[in-house]
Amino acid sequence: MTKGILYDATLCIGCKSCEKGCADHNGLPYDDSIAAEQKQSDHKYTVVLAQNDKFMRRLCMNCQDPTCASVCPVGAIRKSTLGPVIYEASRCIGCRYCMLACPFSVPKYEWDKTWPLVRKCNMCANRVDNGLPTACAEVCPTGATKFGDRDELIAEAKDRIAKGRGQYVNHVYGLEEVGGTSVLLLSSVPFENFGYKTDISTEALPLLTYRVLSHIPDVVTVGAVALGGIWWLCNRKDEVAAAEGRQAPGKA
Amino acid sequence: MLKGKITFWRLVLAILLVVGAYATVLRFTRGLGASTRLSDAFPWGLWIGFDVMCGVMLAAGGFTLTAAVYLFNLKRFKPIVRPTVLTAFLGYTLVVVALLFDLGRGYRIWHPLVMWNPRSVMFEVAWCVTLYTTVLSLEFAGVLFERFHLYKLLRIQKMFLIPLVIAGVMLSTLHQSSLGSMYLIVPNKLHPFWYTPLLPVLFFLSAICVGLAMIIFESSLSSKHFGKQLELPLIKALGRTLLVVLSVYTVVRFQDLIHRGALSLLSKGGWEAGLFVLEILLCSALPIGLLLIPKVRENPKGLYLAAVLCLLGFVTNRMNVAITGMEAAAGQQYFPKWTEIAVTLAIIGSGFLVFAIAVRYLPIFGREVEYQTLAVPETVRGEVPELSNAQY
Repeated sequence: MTKGILYDATLCIGCKSCEKGCADHNGLPYDDSIAAEQKQSDHKYTVVLAQNDKFMRRLCMNCQDPTCASVCPVGAIRKSTLGPVIYEASRCIGCRYCMLACPFSVPKYEWDKTWPLVRKCNMCANRVDNGLPTACAEVCPTGATKFGDRDELIAEAKDRIAKGRGQYVNHVYGLEEVGGTSVLLLSSVPFENFGYKTDISTEALPLLTYRVLSHIPDVVTVGAVALGGIWWLCNRKDEVAAAEGRQAPGKA
Repeated sequence: MLKGKITFWRLVLAILLVVGAYATVLRFTRGLGASTRLSDAFPWGLWIGFDVMCGVMLAAGGFTLTAAVYLFNLKRFKPIVRPTVLTAFLGYTLVVVALLFDLGRGYRIWHPLVMWNPRSVMFEVAWCVTLYTTVLSLEFAGVLFERFHLYKLLRIQKMFLIPLVIAGVMLSTLHQSSLGSMYLIVPNKLHPFWYTPLLPVLFFLSAICVGLAMIIFESSLSSKHFGKQLELPLIKALGRTLLVVLSVYTVVRFQDLIHRGALSLLSKGGWEAGLFVLEILLCSALPIGLLLIPKVRENPKGLYLAAVLCLLGFVTNRMNVAITGMEAAAGQQYFPKWTEIAVTLAIIGSGFLVFAIAVRYLPIFGREVEYQTLAVPETVRGEVPELSNAQY
């Protein structure tokens, strides 16, 4: 049973406790100026965006089939069985392909460091492993961020939309996006308002490259045989000429 | 040609290397943030778009020509195999150097060799580039063996030459196309002028075009600076082949644009549309138009012009994929910082420098010593039976 996070923007009061809880758990600095920053960065893995009285969180979606994990040339990112998408810093070469490929542009980089690393929310993997909720869910005073089994959270999200008498956008964001994500979002205003793309594929993106990569063994074997054959055919006339040339004196 | 007075180009080269050295110091002391305009929104810039993507593409002459000479038995092109293989080898080496600048932790560049992720296109590219650089160094090793009279090694190298060439062509096919496949993962980020499931096919076809254009371009440069030139009939044959491959590329490119309905976006105008039109003009319209005129394709200057346009066109194409096409999704434009440009120019400059030194001290141009691999009696081991060029 994979775990998940359900964030219901209609319950959020914008107190930013989740930001502070996240920073504390990850050993990151947090003060008023950081709280005022309205974007994710190498020192802010989650952010509560505010537009008038509406709020929306951004954090790593911890995809079911993570694009970042598929593109990483050294396998530094992987999906754990419980759901968190984990980054293993000691493998990372710093190519930043995960940042380019992520459909939600979540991974951030330590641009100011001489030897930087990628930084992102990992759904508190070590807490989840120990049966604890994520730090952001634990500190949330209103229950807007809720931790639980993903399947149960999906049922609850659908139930809230059904009973919400139209106060919700009829869409559980993360249910199907790029094959599904561990983080699920509910909102009363369009998700696009907060930069969430809704025209995104419902198919896991790694399939796009895997379809091509899976042909490589066939291409290599067919190609090598064909090229070997071309070499043989194209060079045979020389061999024939050489053979006849050698024979010629003997015949004379 | 290396000793002696200060010339204009030597001065330019010296300046490029000095400025590049200073930029290198900044890059490795201040980090990527201070030395580039890269950001969380725009993580790949000039070093990936030009140094790596264009670098690999411009080195495509190596596999194109070795396939033509050794597999298709077009022996008349043999005199240019060595300079072309040297260019390819230097090209790939410099791509690796550029990667050391771009990677956040370049000292871990070897990690993909021991930490595998076969689902990653970049993992595949890393392996192919590593193996192909090894193949190129072995293909080029013949020159060193000959220079230092290591004829036994030379004979062994020639025995394995055909398998090496085949491996080189296969590895090039894979990673040239895979540089396009890397962008298959960003359907929501890359502009529809450039995002297509055919990216790997287009990248492969354009690598062959660029390979041919580079050979024409290089032989013109060589004739100017080293007094060596390819005979005109050979350049003409390359020009005709370039016309055919460019036409095939253009047909595939436009079929794809039409099937996806992407051409209708031209009416929206904008930055992307302008650079798309420039790319199509330089890659396809102008060089094909020029090469269709018999007077142009029979003339060394006309062929040179068509080749240069084609090279500029495909550089534009790669930059459009890596930079222009990604800007709208990033929500910002990217223009490299001076340090990024300085490092790039210094890398190109050092390529020219090493090439010039190699030409000075190694048998790159001119008649290659032919060594019969099959019919050499053991007793004459160490002596080189020189065959006349007429045989080849």
